[in-house]
Formats: sequence, structure tokens, C-alpha cells
Amino acid sequence: MSDTALIRLTNAGYQAPDRWLVEAVSLSVDPGEIVTLIGPNGSGKSTTAKLALGILKPTTGKSYRRKGLKVAYVPQKLAIDWTLPLDVEHFMRLTGQPSINAQAHAIQATGIQHLMHKELRLLSGGEFQRVLIARAIAREPDLLVLDEPVQGVDFSGENELYQLIGSIRDDLQCGILMISHDLHVVMAKTDQVICLNGHVCCSGAPVNVAQTEEFQTLFGLRGHSDLALYQHHHDHHHAPDGSIDHEHHEDCQHD
Amino acid sequence: MIDDFFVRAILAGAGLALITGPLGCFVIWKRLAYFGDTLSHGALLGIALGLLFELNLELSVFLICTLVATTLMILQRRSSISSDALLGILAHASLAIGLVVLSLMTWIRVDLMGLLFGDILAVSKSDLWMIGATILVTGAVLAIIWRSLFAATVSRELAEAEGIRAQTVEMMFLLLIAAVIAIAIKIVGVLLITSLLIIPAAAARRISITPGQMMIASSVVGVVSVILGLLGSLNLDTPSGPSIVVAAVFCFLLSISPLGDSMRTSLRSRH
Repeated sequence: MSDTALIRLTNAGYQAPDRWLVEAVSLSVDPGEIVTLIGPNGSGKSTTAKLALGILKPTTGKSYRRKGLKVAYVPQKLAIDWTLPLDVEHFMRLTGQPSINAQAHAIQATGIQHLMHKELRLLSGGEFQRVLIARAIAREPDLLVLDEPVQGVDFSGENELYQLIGSIRDDLQCGILMISHDLHVVMAKTDQVICLNGHVCCSGAPVNVAQTEEFQTLFGLRGHSDLALYQHHHDHHHAPDGSIDHEHHEDCQHD
Repeated sequence: MIDDFFVRAILAGAGLALITGPLGCFVIWKRLAYFGDTLSHGALLGIALGLLFELNLELSVFLICTLVATTLMILQRRSSISSDALLGILAHASLAIGLVVLSLMTWIRVDLMGLLFGDILAVSKSDLWMIGATILVTGAVLAIIWRSLFAATVSRELAEAEGIRAQTVEMMFLLLIAAVIAIAIKIVGVLLITSLLIIPAAAARRISITPGQMMIASSVVGVVSVILGLLGSLNLDTPSGPSIVVAAVFCFLLSISPLGDSMRTSLRSRH
């Protein structure tokens, strides 16, 4: 345990009225590190993230956050009601005014320029995720917490967004705590994987974790094959509005 | 001019509408319409207890409303009764207890109709000062907390994660509502207070596209309703509180008509 940690959970557990959601979870995120939580549905991934964020107080164990830590959060669910008149532009500064540069960069990187004056509740699922990510990175956080950040995003957009998340880490040197189901991405981009199923099943560098028995029981063959499977070169690039951008046209290659 | 009862009534009502406008937006956004209703029923209990213990009535209403609000928050967290049933129980319990206490105090003659429906034409100069001071204080507090409160309204978890003290601002919001209910009793009465919170805000929703616009539009609709309602009440000799609410309903109907759509469109094109 180093002193550099942005957040740290030590043996943290959380008990809902009827059952324990997670038990004995220990994890820490350092600046510039990507830590990913994986695990089946209901395994306590979101609960763990909320414990780390301080939204939930651990029933047992400890939760530490560095003083003055600037956090940006992309929650798994966010319901926007009809009664809330809220467009993307105003949503971008919901919890604080981001710098003009950071905001312009975030908008451009996530490709949401054309959505700025749209009402939030009218966005499609994928558009909404892009807006959530844009808002989070425009904050220039010390710690970025992403709960299934690319849900509902189309296939090519998914990879772009994961690329973006990687480059944010490089640009800002922020720590990233991510929940993801995309095992191939997890394995490629993550420094540390924590595999949850109500408790920490296994954790460590992706390569090591993938070889453990616990991982293979949880994710089966799919988990294993996902690691090597994905090699796909796109022959064109989609602009955010769906039009095809032929600028860097190359020969199509599919492995 | 301020000696004229009608001018005092308009000042009091318009002042109240200025602050119920933005507060009412939050009531609607947070789906607290019945919560506000419950608090205003609690206000009658506040009046009864205030008379019993010879306290300042506005102060005792404020205290009882705060008590009811806190009780509700605790019960909602702990109890297994659904929150709408809980609201109904608390609302009618405090209304009934208030009425019983009032009737037991045989030495006090209370104008029950005035309490239930308000008597804005009886607003005195000192009432006006108190209303003005309350509006200034609540307005200032709301101006400070509204961004945080709005973030917590959009998503409590998101706001908390990013360092906003959601629970603190929500508690302050409840205190603001309690304070406004306390001064609103004289103006529209216990039974109609929530209408001044909800109806102008609902009318404003149709014609606005940002939260700030909706809060301002809600104040404007409220002030217009007060003026129209009071003029109507003067000319038709109808009770003032209900007349104001009828005027607000009229504004709401206008906002859901095609006229409201074209107002929103013009706001958007200017955006």
C-alpha cells in the first residue's frame, strides 16, 4: 500500500437490508492507473464503485479518498424526467463549470457537437452515454469512475470510446476505476483487473488473472477466447452523425 | 399608496409568487407535490399550537412544517409503508389534530375559512414587512444553493460522487419550503398553498427549455396569476385565494395550448 492512492477500500463490505451486496473488498487506484471491475450481474460491481466514491458508507471495513480529490462519475443509470428541462449544454456544467478548453476537447473527442442543444431526455442510449463521458472528462478529474461507460454505444463507437478513455488517462494522468463487460478491452487496456462475485475472486494484472481457475469458471471459454479474438481493422471512419468519413480510406482488412 | 388594502394584497401576493416560482420548479422536478401538500396541512396544526401556546403564528407554522418534513424523511427511510400512504397519513393526521385542538380552545374564536382559504385582503403593513424579509432571505439562500440542489435533483449519486453535499442542500430546501408555507397561509390559505408552488411551475415547463428559464417563467406566471386573480376577485366579489388559483390554472391551460408551443419555439430559436 503506497501513499499515492487516490482511493482505497480496505476490507469493505456493504449490507443492504436483506443481504450483503459485497464483502471484504480491497482495492486502490493510483494516479495514471486503470483498474477494472468485472464480474457477473449482481456481483456487486456498482456497489463497490459506490463505496469507493463515498456514495455508500461501508458497513464493515474502510473507505479512503485523498483530500480534495476531484472526481468525475459516469453512473450506470440516469433517468431524466420530462419535467426537467435540461439540454446537453447545461448538463455539461451540472456540478461545476469546466474550463472552455477542456469542454471543447471533450465535446470533440466524444463527437457530440451536433447534440449540444438537444434535450437530454430525447437522446438515444448511445448518444446519452457519449454525453455522460464528455461531461465527466470535461471536468479534468483526478479520478474518473465509469460504470459500464459504453452500454448502448454502437460497435465502432465502443472502440473509439475505449481509445478515448485510454488517452484521457495519458493526458490527465488521472486514475480510472471502470466497470466493464467487454473482456477483450479489459484485458488490453487495464493495468489491474478485479474479478468480483460478491467478494474479490481474483485480482492482478490482466494476463495473470485470465489464467486463474476462478476467472475461467466465471467467464468460461468466452472469456478466454475474447482475449485473442478481436483483431478488426475498419476500412472507414464514421462521423458522429453516422455519415462515413472517407478521409483515411485503406484496404479493408478483417483478420 | 401602501395604505390601500388592495395594493398591499398585490404586493404580498406578487412577492410570494416570486419565490414560490423557483421553489415550485424544484417541487415538481423532485416529485414532491404531495409532500408540499402534507406540509401545508401540517401548517394548520402549527397555527393551532401557536394559538395554544401564544407563539408567533408564522414561527410556529415554520417549526411544525419543519418537524413534519423531518419526520417524513426519517419514516420514508425506515418504514415499509409506501411513501404516498405515509404522506396521506401525516397530512390528514396533522390537519385533523389541528382542527380538534382549535375547537377545544373555546376561548379563542378563529376564522377557520380564513385559515383554510386565506385572506389576502387583510394583509397588514407589518405582515408585508415580514413577507418581504422572508422572501429576501429565502431568495438569497435559494440563489446560493440552487445549482447544487439542481445537480442533486438530476442525480443524487452523481452529485454526491462529485463532491456536492446533497443531503445538506436538500435539508435546506425543505426549510425554505417550510418558511414559504408559513408566510403563504395569510395569502392563499392552508388548502391552496401547494397550488402556488405547482401550477405556475407546471405552466412554465411547457414554455421553457432550460432550468433557469423555467424558474423565471414560473415566477412570472405566478405574479400574473396573483394580479389577475385579485383583480377578478375585486370585480366579481369572489374569495381572493381561490380566485388566484383559478387564474393560475387559466395560465396553465394557456401554456398547454398551441400558444405555449409557439412560445417555446421562439425561446429555442433565440437560444
